[in-house]
Amino acid sequence: MITSGAAILQNDEALRAWTARVRKEFPILNEHVHNRRLVYLDNAATTQKPESVLSSMEAYYRHLNSNIHRGVHFLSERATEAYEGVREKVRSFINASTTKEILFVRGTTEAINLVADSFGRAFVKAGDEVLISGMEHHSNIVPWQLLCERTGASLKVAPIDDRGDIIVEEFERLLNGRTRIVGLTHVSNALGTVNPVKHLIGLAHRRGIPVLIDGAQAAPHLRIDVIDLDCDFYALSAHKMYGPTGIGVLYGKQKLLESMPPYQGGGDMIRSVTFEKTVFNDLPYKFEAGTPSIAEGIGFGAAIDFLAALDWEAVRVYENNLLVQATDALSGIPGLRIIGTAKEKAGVVSFVMDDVHPHDIGTILDQEGIAVRTGHHCAQPVMLRYGIPATVRASFALYNMKEEIEALVRGIYKVKEVFH
Amino acid sequence: MSDLRALYQEIILEHNKNPRNYRKLPEANRMLEGYNPLCGDHYTLYLKIVDDTIVDISFEGAGCAISKASASVMTTLLKGKTKSEAEKIFETFHLLVTGELKDISFETLGKLGAFAGVSEFPARVKCASLAWHTMRSALESKTTAVSTE
Repeated sequence: MITSGAAILQNDEALRAWTARVRKEFPILNEHVHNRRLVYLDNAATTQKPESVLSSMEAYYRHLNSNIHRGVHFLSERATEAYEGVREKVRSFINASTTKEILFVRGTTEAINLVADSFGRAFVKAGDEVLISGMEHHSNIVPWQLLCERTGASLKVAPIDDRGDIIVEEFERLLNGRTRIVGLTHVSNALGTVNPVKHLIGLAHRRGIPVLIDGAQAAPHLRIDVIDLDCDFYALSAHKMYGPTGIGVLYGKQKLLESMPPYQGGGDMIRSVTFEKTVFNDLPYKFEAGTPSIAEGIGFGAAIDFLAALDWEAVRVYENNLLVQATDALSGIPGLRIIGTAKEKAGVVSFVMDDVHPHDIGTILDQEGIAVRTGHHCAQPVMLRYGIPATVRASFALYNMKEEIEALVRGIYKVKEVFH
Repeated sequence: MSDLRALYQEIILEHNKNPRNYRKLPEANRMLEGYNPLCGDHYTLYLKIVDDTIVDISFEGAGCAISKASASVMTTLLKGKTKSEAEKIFETFHLLVTGELKDISFETLGKLGAFAGVSEFPARVKCASLAWHTMRSALESKTTAVSTE
């Protein structure tokens, strides 16, 4: 019996049918840009949204709109039910033990800021250390720098090698009695590296140090199991996993979250308020001040339904095929150099070309209807590490196809033609 | 391709490949950095100003073809010009790349005309303008680096 969905992908016809079915869910893929069919290869910046996400948000505003957690009226109760239902979907999707551990935030950036602020106030003082890696996005650097400035702690950085893999021995060497917390990306947005986070978490835990994982780039490509990883915090953004912008999740172990002070004050996060004393609400509401992004939450729920229904083994094989195909095709172009050749990668090919700046490449590809990201990808220290100002980044989603990578390669030859 | 050719004119490609006045200027009495944090373009502009005249001008740095060619062409146009003449050329250039210039006469624009296509690419206006804004700040004796953001 064929148990593997990946087997379907061995058959060209079945593969085409599968891709066509997936693409039909994403109306924007029919758009034309500069009179060309859109080739969207900027998925690490944000993914496109399936019909179900779009319609769920519109349906909420048309039929259910009201504030949650407060009204006794019908709409408020129904909206609360829908929004809290998403919390349960997220819990199940990342395999957390309880919805108390699922905090809704604006996105990964806010999730990390929440931890740096709240965990920092509770546990970090002068002389302590925070350890991150050399491939972090600015959002997993700057909040820790702010924390260090505030407290007098210092930021340590575990270096990466030329391929873009974290040097595990160096990482281990930097863990010590002063290290209070570790912040690591699961998948690098600039290089595509998949970090061996489970192993690295184990190394930190052996010394009793909690670990935050930035999962912004991992969540759309890998199945996340927070119990298996044993991470203490996991941050993700809905908009990178086919959901709307403005909502994301901070997973945190219940015990840790209980020991941390609130992040922001306001409505919803309190149990009772007098001018003398405020009693805070229980988890997860203690960390959720003010009216949240309700429609976005509901859209996120639809995105999780979409993701949860996928055959993940097939997705993994399919996306890996795209990555291998893109890597092979691009490496064959004279004068093109791929930045980031880690042992295990997901979703991203970053590259530079001799004598042509990434920005110019981006403009020429755009004229061909191809959307890529050019620049430093909010990871300037990574650019510095490789001695380059910027890269071109093509990043893939499960709706991309072989033909789009061929279009990218043709586009690169067009660049060469313009710059002869 | 025609749109692309309008942007990447031969003059621009040629100045990108062989930028003029691309060097340090030891006798400079004004020096200013300009950068575009979004794409990482980064240049240093050197000016030698005597009385009211730009006696010499040069630049160094790295960036895209549009920003580099624009800096290069700018240095060739401004050498020997007075501050007010430079300001006038800046204004013409600014109007040109933002698509605000009426009656574009390529004869009077000279080499500047190569940048007319930029106005069709709003994302690239900042690239084309970087060196020019830096030059203007340097003429005003500003000392903080110019950023396009």
